[in-house]
Amino acid sequence: MADWAGYMGLMLDGALVTAKLTVLGCALALPAAFLAGLGRLSRFSAVRALSVAYIEFFRGTSIFVQLFWAYFVLPLMGVTLTPLQAGVLALGLNVGAYGAEVVRSAVQSIGREQHEACVALNLTRWQSLRHVLLPQAAVVMVPTFCNNAIELLKATSVVSLISLSDLTFQAQVVRSQTGSTAMPFLTVLVIYFAYASLISFGMKTLERRMTRGLDGLRT
Amino acid sequence: MTDTIIDIDCVTKRYGSHTVLKDLCFSVRPGEKLALIGPSGSGKTTILRTLMTLETIEGGTIRIDGENLFQMERNGRLVPADEAHLHRMRTKIGMVFQLFNLFPHKCVLDNITLAPMLTKGVKKADAERRAMELLDLVGLADKARAMPAQLSGGQKQRVAIARALALQPRIMLFDEVTSALDPELVEEVLSVMRMLGSTTDMTMLLVTHEMSFAHDFADRVLFFDRGRIVEEGPPDVLFTNPSHERTQTFLKKIIAAGQRI
Repeated sequence: MADWAGYMGLMLDGALVTAKLTVLGCALALPAAFLAGLGRLSRFSAVRALSVAYIEFFRGTSIFVQLFWAYFVLPLMGVTLTPLQAGVLALGLNVGAYGAEVVRSAVQSIGREQHEACVALNLTRWQSLRHVLLPQAAVVMVPTFCNNAIELLKATSVVSLISLSDLTFQAQVVRSQTGSTAMPFLTVLVIYFAYASLISFGMKTLERRMTRGLDGLRT
Repeated sequence: MTDTIIDIDCVTKRYGSHTVLKDLCFSVRPGEKLALIGPSGSGKTTILRTLMTLETIEGGTIRIDGENLFQMERNGRLVPADEAHLHRMRTKIGMVFQLFNLFPHKCVLDNITLAPMLTKGVKKADAERRAMELLDLVGLADKARAMPAQLSGGQKQRVAIARALALQPRIMLFDEVTSALDPELVEEVLSVMRMLGSTTDMTMLLVTHEMSFAHDFADRVLFFDRGRIVEEGPPDVLFTNPSHERTQTFLKKIIAAGQRI
């Protein structure tokens, strides 16, 4: 048991890699979600088709396979990525595809009367989207984006397959070197849970700030 | 050209197989106050929505200020209007909706300043000064920073009127603007409209079920039934001495329901 305490440093290194993957993955997933989600609502059929192709491909294939493609197949086409880059790319694009559907459905959930007010006030399509529809849709997106971010966090464990020493990978290392199974896995459990709680808390705060004033009670 | 600002010529509008407007023709003079009355489903609201380009038409032409609303000339041929054409035509028209359609995420002041800043490039300070004047006009200067959800229905509708006025349209469309209000809030909205009617030379079209208001307010009343104009005339004639049986029955029902005319 005391031996195992010495391996804590290894676990924390892994926790840092996991945090990095999650943050960078989300940073890629968010713009991907907005681009593809709004692309699906475009007037231009080519943009719609491209968005649908992206969404369906990344939702319809396994994240393992996507990761292997990013790391093992892209180099054959002349694009070599570091394990971290490949991990961020696969995770970001995968979760971005789910996020795109969140963006699309949130924008579509805004009532027709808001569109009509925009027409009557002579706003262009882009102005309506930017100033009226998206700000209202964003409030609807946050809770589901919170789910997506937590999904992304948990999906980061697949990167151990391309030799990236994330939290799960390090737990395996510690386990094989110390022979202790319960402690490293318990630690992993606690760290993942702490990360997820952090995301949850951040999103709740964001949601509270964004809905302020909308119900007429708080300003 | 100069004596009509709106010219509706043989307009037909269908929703699927249901014809809402049938070969409808009428015109409106600049500055005229026109009341559109009639039973539900008679097509009155559809006319306003069509003028605001919220609906398209299947036949006929609409001219605003002598310019074709839904078509434009390109290389000497008439083609369907593009966004730029519609955008230019809409600058002449403003609309107030039955359910206010305020932007719930913006305060009263921002609801009013948004469109002038975006569509006319008005500077923020100027837009806000103008918005405050308009809020003063509708009696809500103290609510500039309130969110729409904090307002009563009557207050919301007065903000919606101020928001439409901020773009200085030449034509204002009022679509059953008091129908969604509690009875005791109707008067505050009507009095704003009365004031607008007597102090501006805007052309105003209103669809309403408030017959006594239509009587006092309008220069001319059109009675609609099933997508056609059954009868039209000055309010004194149409309300007190309607010539068509359909108009008489409609007004009798309204009076039986307790409304004063």
